[in-house]
Amino acid sequence: MKHSVTLDKDKCKGCTTCIKHCPTEAIRVRRGIAHITEERCIDCGNCIRVCPHKAKKAVCDDFERLKEFEYTIALPAPSLYGQFRNLTDVNVVLTAFLHIGFDHVEEVSQGAELASSITKHMLENDPDLPKPLISSACPASVRLICQRFPKLIPHISKVSAPFEIVAVRARKEAVERTGLPPEKIGIFFITPCPAKVSAGRVPAGLSAPVVDGFFSISDIYKRLLTAMKSIDKPLPLSNSGLIGVGWAHCGGESNAAFHGQHLAVDGIENIIAVLEDLEDGMLPQIDFLELNSCNQGCVGGCLTVENPYVAQTRIRQLIQHMPISLNRLPKDAEPPAYMFDDKPLEALPVNILDDDMEIAMQKYAKIEELLEALPGLDCGSCGAPTCKTLAEDIVQGLALEDDCIFRMRERMQYLMGMGDADEYLPLPFRRRDDEA
Amino acid sequence: MDKLHLHYEVEGNDFVAAGEAAGQMKRTLRQLGIDFEIIRRCSICMYEGEINMVAHAEGGSADVIIAKDKVTIVLEDTGPGITDMELAMQEGYSTATQDVRELGFGAGMGLPNMKRYADTLAVESTPGIGTKVTMEINIPA
Repeated sequence: MKHSVTLDKDKCKGCTTCIKHCPTEAIRVRRGIAHITEERCIDCGNCIRVCPHKAKKAVCDDFERLKEFEYTIALPAPSLYGQFRNLTDVNVVLTAFLHIGFDHVEEVSQGAELASSITKHMLENDPDLPKPLISSACPASVRLICQRFPKLIPHISKVSAPFEIVAVRARKEAVERTGLPPEKIGIFFITPCPAKVSAGRVPAGLSAPVVDGFFSISDIYKRLLTAMKSIDKPLPLSNSGLIGVGWAHCGGESNAAFHGQHLAVDGIENIIAVLEDLEDGMLPQIDFLELNSCNQGCVGGCLTVENPYVAQTRIRQLIQHMPISLNRLPKDAEPPAYMFDDKPLEALPVNILDDDMEIAMQKYAKIEELLEALPGLDCGSCGAPTCKTLAEDIVQGLALEDDCIFRMRERMQYLMGMGDADEYLPLPFRRRDDEA
Repeated sequence: MDKLHLHYEVEGNDFVAAGEAAGQMKRTLRQLGIDFEIIRRCSICMYEGEINMVAHAEGGSADVIIAKDKVTIVLEDTGPGITDMELAMQEGYSTATQDVRELGFGAGMGLPNMKRYADTLAVESTPGIGTKVTMEINIPA
């Protein structure tokens, strides 16, 4: 797994903000620097969002990469449309892509409409479909399921991500239009989040990537804005309706296209709570479950520029004047273009203490014993987000008991003999008054 | 190590907190690498038991003993006890108060669900003294 969330070592101060906000407890501070455990990271981007020193970033591509190709295509995510003030015609944004160096532009919302059309068809015609069908659109949510809820993997829809659907079609059409070989055509996805970058580079359900590069909305925003100011007559490039563009915000995917009962969840903590309930059979009967790792959906992606609530409202206003949908499932649709191919989603369990249950039980007992001795403050000074994670790290040989500053105090006290270590400690670490 | 013992206290009349023991047990079972289907059955049994203790007995205690071949859940309370065991085991029979029913509980599925999802279920109850429910869920080798 190649992640797209990385650390700028010069900027990282080794504070505990990111370890506290990571929903999968994937980060530890070691020697003054935050380290991400690859197996646990789901690329949700929470750490990018909360880092006060802007040390966490997503690895997207350099704009110079456009030069590697003879013909370039931009695939803007629908969430891009919510980033601009007073935008009434999405064609202005789309035309701007041709001004900043792309030869062609295709909206990802077209792929979203195709995905909706396929999913609707599946829900109506496939009686064997596991219910609820879980949307595969948010890669952070899909990875979370593979790690923490492997039992739910069969529920994940096999429909490809909208940007992948559009990419496959756009390349095919560009080959026909230009006569160029497919590899001379560069397809770039304009992404709201790092999860889609990782998923596009190593697709979970496809054997090979279908996109050549990624630019974040925040990186490309200024170029677009400048170009948009000079556009008087936008070209009629938009070819999707409210169903596709509505995917930009939470509820859009399930609201617009499906019959039956659906549930749309946003925010990674909320998703975890809903999936726990689903796993236990505590959710009411639903047909479709839409998951958005970011608040408000993709408009809340950490690589966007606008406040997610503002962006969501703008999207709602924009789609009021759009046709319902301009992309339906063609009768002769080739499944490989729209569906995951043979590569099944893998379970990636991260919480199991040991493959041998007896050893796992021993480790669990040791963790409980260690927890008794730890202060339970979850202060993060040891570099782990909670006392429990420190205990788990100790048992797995990744940390030491002395990493706890309070355990250290006890040792100091012992070494001092008759003296009082408290005098030498900063105030927060001294004994409570009622203990003295 | 052949057995792991977990202990939880269940607060009475707190329907919001009910399910906490089931949740914690589930996380532990997951860490031990136990099969998902077994975990699901254990959670349902524990959850139903917790709800029963909250609704009828002003809380109680839950003990879980995990061995390689089975998970044993023991729920003990000092509530009113069960007067008619046969009725209590019937689907849809409940002595829950109107208040409890208005919260969406008391459908009379607690013990029947435990019976369905556990491999063995034993209920010892003395009216006026309390109830002890023991459930075993086997872990196939």
